[in-house]
Amino acid sequence: MTEKTIRVLIAKPGLDGHDRGAKVVARALRDAGMEVIYTGLRQTPDMIAEAALQEDVDVVGLSILSGAHNALVPAVMEKLRQSGLSDVKVFVGGIIPKPDIPNLLSLGVYAVYGPGTNTQTVIEDIHQATHKPTD
Amino acid sequence: MPIPDPIAIRHGDRLALSRALTAVENNQPESRELLSALFPFTGQAHLIGITGAPGTGKSTLVNQLAKNLRREGHPDHPPQVAIIAVDPSSPFSGGALLGDRIRMADLAGDESIFIRSMASRGALGGLAHSTASFVTLLDSAGFDLIIIETVGAGQAEVDIASLAHTVLVVEAPGLGDDIQAIKAGILEIADIIVVNKADRPGADNTARALRVMLEMAQSQTSGPQGKHISKDPCVPSTSAKPATAAWDPPVHTIVATEGKGVQAVIEDIQRHARYLKGSGLWRQKEATRLRRDLEALIRDTLVNQWQQRRDQDQFEQVLADVIQRKYSPVEAVEKLL
Repeated sequence: MTEKTIRVLIAKPGLDGHDRGAKVVARALRDAGMEVIYTGLRQTPDMIAEAALQEDVDVVGLSILSGAHNALVPAVMEKLRQSGLSDVKVFVGGIIPKPDIPNLLSLGVYAVYGPGTNTQTVIEDIHQATHKPTD
Repeated sequence: MPIPDPIAIRHGDRLALSRALTAVENNQPESRELLSALFPFTGQAHLIGITGAPGTGKSTLVNQLAKNLRREGHPDHPPQVAIIAVDPSSPFSGGALLGDRIRMADLAGDESIFIRSMASRGALGGLAHSTASFVTLLDSAGFDLIIIETVGAGQAEVDIASLAHTVLVVEAPGLGDDIQAIKAGILEIADIIVVNKADRPGADNTARALRVMLEMAQSQTSGPQGKHISKDPCVPSTSAKPATAAWDPPVHTIVATEGKGVQAVIEDIQRHARYLKGSGLWRQKEATRLRRDLEALIRDTLVNQWQQRRDQDQFEQVLADVIQRKYSPVEAVEKLL
């Protein structure tokens, strides 16, 4: 048996005080058969990249409500790259103003989700993002 | 994904190690070769198991232990610590929420600590099927101490006893009366008992009940040493008794969130390692574990071989005959094998 279980790190960078959205997503991904590693509040980009490396995740989900996404997301992407994890797929959820989304996507984030996103969309996008082309 | 390089793993390449753990966990065919290549370099690490009911504070204790153990030993070569944290997989979706890292935030930023969360993936003994192989990889990568935190365990999840050298059972006040402590199971495997949340009412009563229970156990048997070894039918029970004095499992009361009492636990972990080495039990535990691993591997291999060459039509025919009560399942096995 060599089936691959998708592993996802759900991380909250920055100084947000609550993590309800992150927990809802974590729970939905668990129910979709994924192994979800949740690291809790107030993670630095270094901590997130290190956890992604140790846990060998396929996907990192960043939950940001603080408005600091334009600083935090580039920092996380850079740390992931430095750790040799350029192949890890990243999505962002939280309160992200529309005009900021293209910038985040240009950094290599594959999706940005706002409030009210259906968790089924998140799940389907993960399956699509981690689908490895047969080479 | 390419096969991780065994040399890179031995030289401390953390990414190679992490990818190798995944390959082993997913039972990729190449991972067997990798484990074989690394096996000669294992047998160095002290394996410390942490078990206990959900919510007793296992992860918080692991956080404290790892943080404090890093300060032990020679200042130029502080011990390298690996942590395997096992949480249950959902029996319905197969997914898992692995949350042990939340309590281990203090350890982030220390490159000599490696934490890996692991889902149990259907295994029932408190560990996952590939936890022992994870230990092989981490041991060969040079980690001196490997802390294995089991699934929140109740009474039957005792696989950790045959894997770890030193088993800590974590209790908390208010989880049951003293009859719970006398029941068979998890307390029998404890080398060190930790009553966490000692700042809550009832902690002293819990500790006292546990001590009384342990004294009863000792007055009835010659001592708890080799307790989960002598039951192994392959090891003669006489050889399980070392010449040295028996190990009396100490009972500690701690407050893990504040680190109170943790240093005394660490001293007992180190004392237990010296005791095992001095009494010859270290080697004996190792031998018992490898014997079990080997037997399990033979069992799995034989089943696989049989499944590959079985005649499906014959199998269905025999099954149909069993359903019609023409033969018993035992007779059917004789026909099929």
